[in-house]
Amino acid sequence: MESILTFDSLGFTLAVKLVAVVAFFLLAPLVVGYMEHKVLGDMQSRVGPYEAGIGPVKFGVGQLVADGAKFIQKEDIIPRAADKWVFAAAPAVALVPTLLILVVVPFGPGAWAENLDVGLFFALAASGVTVIGILMAGWASANKYSLMGGLRDAAQLIAYELPLVLAGAAVALQAGSLSLVDIVQAQGSASLLGLPVWFGIPQIAGLALFFVAAMAELNRPPFDMPIADSEIIFGHMTEYTGIRYAMFMLSEYAGMVVLSALAVVLFLGGWYIVPGTTWPYEQLGPAASALLGFGVTMGKIIILAFLMVWARATLPRLREDQLQTMAWMVLIPLALAQIVVVGVLEVVA
Amino acid sequence: MSETRAPQGDGGGGMPGGPGESMRLEVRDEEQGGLQTQEMNLNIGPQHPATHGVLRVVLDLDGERIARAEPVIGYMHRGFEKLAEHRDYRQIIALVNRHDWLSAFCNEIGVALAVETMMELEVPERAQWIRTLLCEWNRIMNHLMFVGSFGLELGALTPVFYAFREREEIQHLMESATGGRLHFTFCRVGGLKDDLPLGFLKASEQLVPVIRQRVQDYRDLLLGNEIFQARTSGVGKLPAEVALDYGVSGPALHATGVAEDARVTEPYAKYADVDVRVPTGETGDSYDRFRVLLDRIDASLDIVAQCLDNMPSGPVNVKLPKQVKAPEGAVYVRTENPLGQGGYYLVSDGKKYPWRLKMRTPSFSNISMLPYLLEGELLPNMIAILGSVYFVVGDIDR
Repeated sequence: MESILTFDSLGFTLAVKLVAVVAFFLLAPLVVGYMEHKVLGDMQSRVGPYEAGIGPVKFGVGQLVADGAKFIQKEDIIPRAADKWVFAAAPAVALVPTLLILVVVPFGPGAWAENLDVGLFFALAASGVTVIGILMAGWASANKYSLMGGLRDAAQLIAYELPLVLAGAAVALQAGSLSLVDIVQAQGSASLLGLPVWFGIPQIAGLALFFVAAMAELNRPPFDMPIADSEIIFGHMTEYTGIRYAMFMLSEYAGMVVLSALAVVLFLGGWYIVPGTTWPYEQLGPAASALLGFGVTMGKIIILAFLMVWARATLPRLREDQLQTMAWMVLIPLALAQIVVVGVLEVVA
Repeated sequence: MSETRAPQGDGGGGMPGGPGESMRLEVRDEEQGGLQTQEMNLNIGPQHPATHGVLRVVLDLDGERIARAEPVIGYMHRGFEKLAEHRDYRQIIALVNRHDWLSAFCNEIGVALAVETMMELEVPERAQWIRTLLCEWNRIMNHLMFVGSFGLELGALTPVFYAFREREEIQHLMESATGGRLHFTFCRVGGLKDDLPLGFLKASEQLVPVIRQRVQDYRDLLLGNEIFQARTSGVGKLPAEVALDYGVSGPALHATGVAEDARVTEPYAKYADVDVRVPTGETGDSYDRFRVLLDRIDASLDIVAQCLDNMPSGPVNVKLPKQVKAPEGAVYVRTENPLGQGGYYLVSDGKKYPWRLKMRTPSFSNISMLPYLLEGELLPNMIAILGSVYFVVGDIDR
């Protein structure tokens, strides 16, 4: 299947795809961020933002836009002792990989920018690059707290990247492809013992550990040790102000969207609504089915993002060494076992 | 850094962790010919989210492990004891509720008791019962604050919002009686400023079960959480003997299993007439300290209920001359403040100002054990320890 964003002229196609990906990249985090504001507020017996609005629509929907405008106005401070170029480049290095992953994520039938044969490999590889930006920020800030945050993040990378990749490998094994589009389409007809299911059921352990590892990758609570505000101020972000700080925040929220999207694509049937059937996409035209698929995928993404917000409202923070123990003693063996289970199922079925 | 360098020469100047010292790096060679590593000197505070206030802890870090820890205090020294020598007793009451702003009313009682003991005043029954009642409400407010902040320091965002919701309700109650939200200044030598407003006792009665229910919520939310247990149990273990050696008191001492509480051993106000339960822990770790803190809220609610049952009618103060003068002599009064044992040593030469007022504050003794507790711990454990030793920086420095 071709992307619906494909046109006769290559240049025009490129432009449309770029605009679509960047627009999604900038807007989706706002939706998730607003959801977090409101959900956290509700869980913590307060209201959350309710004044800032866009036009007549209030309820705080404009809060993040206002925050962004505020960040742009702020002075961009670079500490005297900082390694200036590295310090200035770090937020971009942390942000861009998230944008790159979006290129390969399919949101609906035809609603993707590029269908790479090695889409899963590309997405997981790109997600690992974010850490380099964080390390750069931690080292270049010339601040002991930043350095500790950066090093904690590097340690965390080693711990969570492996389960993330292994969980992805199990999915690729079951789908028989590394293309994210193929993985979703394989789930349209996947079954377990005759029952129609998405990959999330036979790979429930994989789904769980992918989700946990994704939260660790994003430094979301309870795995926010690299930015633990009560211990090391704000980790690698301690010295950042204004727009560069906003870029780090954007990379966190865009990361929530992107990794939730990956979890949806890999385990939760992508744009499909009912397991075992591709209904109602056959009956719809290409534009309508792409739009519906996009809505369904976004809905699933919001549900996963909601779980992340819920965890943030409820759970205290783990200790770095406890995360390492959990990763090496629980997550990685579990991921390996998952691969074995999938392999056996594939051979038997 | 070089602009602010302290005296040159011995490479540091007198102040531990001062400008000179932070430049010093201890270089030590690994015995087995491994990598050469250095200890990193890190100042936690005086501006740091975990030290709630301006406590400063100077750490020598080996990786994330603390090799040496030294609390540096004095950033909030306001000279209360000296100020008290130039205030009359009515003014001193407005002074002592400011050093530990979370236990304002409990502090006021201490000074009033000291003066009353010296003057051999008989405080009316009702005033004593009201003192006991407000003292316990204040204690609950104080503990709720620490319940919330401890969760926050461990990364749990929500408990602090809940705690402030509960605090606000008690705050309303206290405000209706005293007119103040933080510095109540409600105690007077010989009694209280005023009687309680109409409806106070009824509102108190209604609030008790509400708070009791919500304390249970904290238990479920924090004590029952696996991550919370992993972060706190076995962390910052304090043996009872060490705690006694350092003069630790309050929840931190009770967590070690020692049930020393001035309300029981040396009852003041009406604590002799109520049943005071002192919850204790076993191991003295951060988990136990927190559990004891929650149990203390429950115990305080019990006392509140007893006060409400026994509240007599009558006057709430005695007629005194405009200028209260304590007779010549000295007295030491101790009270169980929310954070531990408060002591007031009052020396009077018979004039309207005290000759000397020495305060023994619980926070000061409690943080003196930090070097003992922190050595060899991981940096994240420092947060779990700092948050569970329960101190107010104003109470340390006075």
